[in-house]
Parts: sequence; structure tokens; C-alpha cells
Amino acid sequence: MNSRRRAVLERYALVGPAVSFAATLALVPVLATVWLSLRQEMPIFGISRFVGLENYRQLLADQRFWNSLGNTAYFVGVSVALELALGLGLALLLNQRFRGRGAARALALVPWAVPGVVAARFWEWIFNADFGVLNYLLGIHVNWLGDPFWALHAAIAADVWKTTPFVFLLILAGLQVIPEDLYRAARMDGATGWKLFRYVTLPLLRPVILLALLFRTMDAARIFDLIFVLTGGGPANESETLVVYAYKLLYRTLQFGYGSAVAVATFLFVFALSLAYLHQLRRAWEQRAREAA
Amino acid sequence: MSRSGLKSLFLAASVGLMLSFVLMPFAWQLVTALKPTGQLAQLPPLLPSPPTLSHFLAVLAAPGFLRAFLNSALVAVASVLLGFSLGIPASYALAKLEIRGRSFVLVGLLFLSMFPAISNVGPLYLVFIRLGIRDNLLAVILAHAVFTLPFTVWTLTSFFQEIPDDLYRAARVDGCSHLGILRHVVLPLGAPGLLSVGLLVFIFSWNEFLYAFTLTASPRARTLPVAIALFPGLHEIPWGEIAAAAVLATLPSVLLVLLFQRRIVSGLTAGAVKG
Repeated sequence: MNSRRRAVLERYALVGPAVSFAATLALVPVLATVWLSLRQEMPIFGISRFVGLENYRQLLADQRFWNSLGNTAYFVGVSVALELALGLGLALLLNQRFRGRGAARALALVPWAVPGVVAARFWEWIFNADFGVLNYLLGIHVNWLGDPFWALHAAIAADVWKTTPFVFLLILAGLQVIPEDLYRAARMDGATGWKLFRYVTLPLLRPVILLALLFRTMDAARIFDLIFVLTGGGPANESETLVVYAYKLLYRTLQFGYGSAVAVATFLFVFALSLAYLHQLRRAWEQRAREAA
Repeated sequence: MSRSGLKSLFLAASVGLMLSFVLMPFAWQLVTALKPTGQLAQLPPLLPSPPTLSHFLAVLAAPGFLRAFLNSALVAVASVLLGFSLGIPASYALAKLEIRGRSFVLVGLLFLSMFPAISNVGPLYLVFIRLGIRDNLLAVILAHAVFTLPFTVWTLTSFFQEIPDDLYRAARVDGCSHLGILRHVVLPLGAPGLLSVGLLVFIFSWNEFLYAFTLTASPRARTLPVAIALFPGLHEIPWGEIAAAAVLATLPSVLLVLLFQRRIVSGLTAGAVKG
């Protein structure tokens, strides 16, 4: 074998294992899920047959599917908006100079490191209707997790607590790369306070904000552990999200065909949202590159 | 009061308010875990009187808990090692060598990272049953390693690109093989990046629930989040023990964040913010 061939082979030997591992355990199973979604698969009844788009027809007529899609969209919209607002405020706050800033930043990151299941346990106890500290402090008696309106909002509160730190630290990293000169120049032009923020900080943060939105939207759209442990999707499926519904179909009722169709729909939902953000993000990068040139 | 005094007072108040919101749920869980059983269903008192370690001791003595703790540690460490052994060579090649299809690989991995876990766990479950490794830590390790691989490769590629080309070329001229370069140039110089990625993959695996939950069935293969989600309570819910277990389960990942905050932040923002 000539040395050039050899060199090329060597390169592929470096990349090959990672690519084939990802293909075998991620890509092929995802394609298999699509395949399963075209079948009726119920192993316990010995049912296994191709049904084409039948599962998807059932999906479109499934009130519970639309309900979980609506809940997911609502969860994503409200929690990501709150996380962005709070994360931005937190980043501006902890970008100020003060003693103990390093410690404050480290502590602010703590909720992000808490496992979702554990965060659910924390908040389950706070929201407990009988001995929860929230009702005690407010002097009221609300069954937060058992109330059709409040259950999903309780999950949103827990998610905001857990992931605002992530948004905060991405935005903080974005703030730190803004050159001080730009502020000096803007101040010379007479800009102060709000105007500095509106016309210098915010435009330059645009790419990083979009990136934080992209990550958070993708993760919020596939939320599972927090809701599964906190409310189980209840009461009466009022807080059920797409992944929770798909999980129940797949592993509680062992409907691998129909459950896979819901999983595929979840993927399409996440994917569509991501594409919309990536489009915006690319425009933001291009704009920044033009301005820098 | 002077204007700057007022400003720093406002700053201190906001930071204090923010930190109490951040730490309150954690502190409340700790307080609950320290309350004697009789006081769990009582408010007031807010604080335990007297505090007791009985719930912590009960959790530590429960065989399932320690087992789950060790399982989680094993799964997380193995996921990091497996991810490294696949991801380091690939990232080195993607960062430093001319690879045809380079952007295809990177975009493909990005695409994979968009899949929700639910969209590949069904077939994995069916295949792992066939292979006889469902309810086995190996199944969870494989799932975690593949789920974190896109992140590992993207981030390491971005870190490795910062290693000066001259160093790598010099080693090449000296007749170093790719494995030699990995060992003598990439690993030592890329160590900070490896630490960041390793910490993040460890934390991800420590916290992960859906794969660990669906791919295991019995206490012998359960990870900590699964054990905590399934905490027993047939007749009355053992709130004190759940609280103690929840506090203990946060310790490894929270300690890592507090100790290595800077490395973790640089891992999370590598490439992302630099663009």
C-alpha cells in the first residue's frame, strides 16, 4: 500500500470508531423508531404488523396527543421566556464588580447541577398541599400539584429554578467578551444607563441570547424527569408533556408502534423549533461578521 | 447616604435576594432531612428541634441506596472514559487533519444531539433485551456515552483547534505517529479541555434519568435518580428519608460545580460563545 493511501486510512481510523458508535446506537435506533411508528407492535399480545401511516392517523385524532403537545408548547414558551429574563438580569447583576463575586457566581450555578429527579423532589416538598412551606408562608391552602391549573405552572417554576443558572452563565460569558472600548465610546457620545444597555449591550448579546434560547428550547421541549416525578403528568393529564405521554405508551402499555409515532412527533417538534433558531442564529452571526469587517 | 453607598447597598440586597432564591429549595430539603419524624407534618416549627441525623443514617443503611450511589458513580466514570476513548481521536482528527466529510461528520453529530432521548430509547430497549443486557449497567453506560458523544466531539474539537499547529507539525516532522502526537502533544496541551468535558459528561450521566429508568428493572442496576424517583412508600411516604436521599444525591455534582466552576463554564461555552 502506498504511503498516501495509508495516511488517509489512518485518519479514518481515528474518526471511524466515534462515527460508527454514534451511528449504531443513536442514528440506527432513531430510524428504527421511525420504522416502528409504521407498525403495530404490542409484544405482550404477540401483535407485530405493518400498518403504514395508520398510527399517524390515530395520532391526529388523539385528543391526548394534542393536549400533551399544547402542554409542551406552553411549558417551553413560558419557562424559556422566564429563564431568559431572569438569566439576563442575573448575568448583569453578577457582572458588576463586588467582593465575593466569584463565590456568588459559583453558588448561582448550583441548581443547574442538581439532578432533575432531585429538583422534582425538592419542589414536590415545597408545593406539598398539607405540609408544604409555600402554603405555610403564604398562609393559604392550595393543592398546587393536584390542581389542573397549577400543576403545570408548578413544573414551570421548578424548571425555571433549575435552568435559569444555565442561561445566566451563557449570557455572562457573552457579556465578558464585549470590549470595554465600545462602552467608553458610547459614553463619550452621551449614552448612559438604559441607552448603553439598549444600544450597546443588547445587540452584541444577540447571538449568545439566541444560542441560550436554542439550547433551552430543545431541552424544555423534551422535558421528562422533572414532570414525571413532580406531577406524573397529572392531574387528569393536565401537565402531561409529549415525552411523558410517549413514555407511558411505550413502557406502561407497551405499544411500541403508537408510542414510537408520538416519539417521532416529539422529535419533529424539537427539530422544527431548532431549525427556526438556527436560521436566526446564522443571520445574527452573519450580521456580526459584517459589522466586524 | 452617598450615592455610591446606596448603589452598593442595592447591589448587596439584589445578590442576597438572588442567592436565597437559588439556595432556598436546597436548604429547605436539608432542614426537612434533619427534622425528627414527628415534626415533618408540622409547621411551625420551621427549624428542627432538636435536629436529628436519623433519616440520613436510615438512607445510608438501606441497601438499595448505597448500591444506587455506587452504580451512578460507576456509570458516570465509565461513560466519561468510553466517551473519551472514542471522542479524543475523532476530535483530534477533526481539529487538525484534513478529513474529507469533516463538516458532514460535525453536522451529523449536531443533528444527533437534537434527538430527544425518547426517540431512540425504544429500539435500544428492544435490542438490549435481545442481547441480554437490559437491567445491566452496561446498557446504561452505552446509552449515556452515545448521548454525550456529540457534545464531547464538538467541544473537544473546539479545544484542540486552539493547540498551535506548529507543535503538531513539528512532531509530525520528527516522525511521530498520530497516536504519538495524541499522547505527547494533544493530551498534555488539551488537558484543560479534557477536564471540562469530563466534568460535564460526569454530571450529565450522574443526573440522567430516562435511559437509566427504562433500561433497568431491578435495584441491582438502578442509578441514583431512578432509585430516588422510585423511593418506596407503600403506606406512608417517608418524607424525611426522601429528603435525606435527595440531599445526598446532589453532593457529587454540586461539589464538582463549586470546585471546578471555571472549567465547567469554559466547557459549556467553548465554541458556543466564541463562535
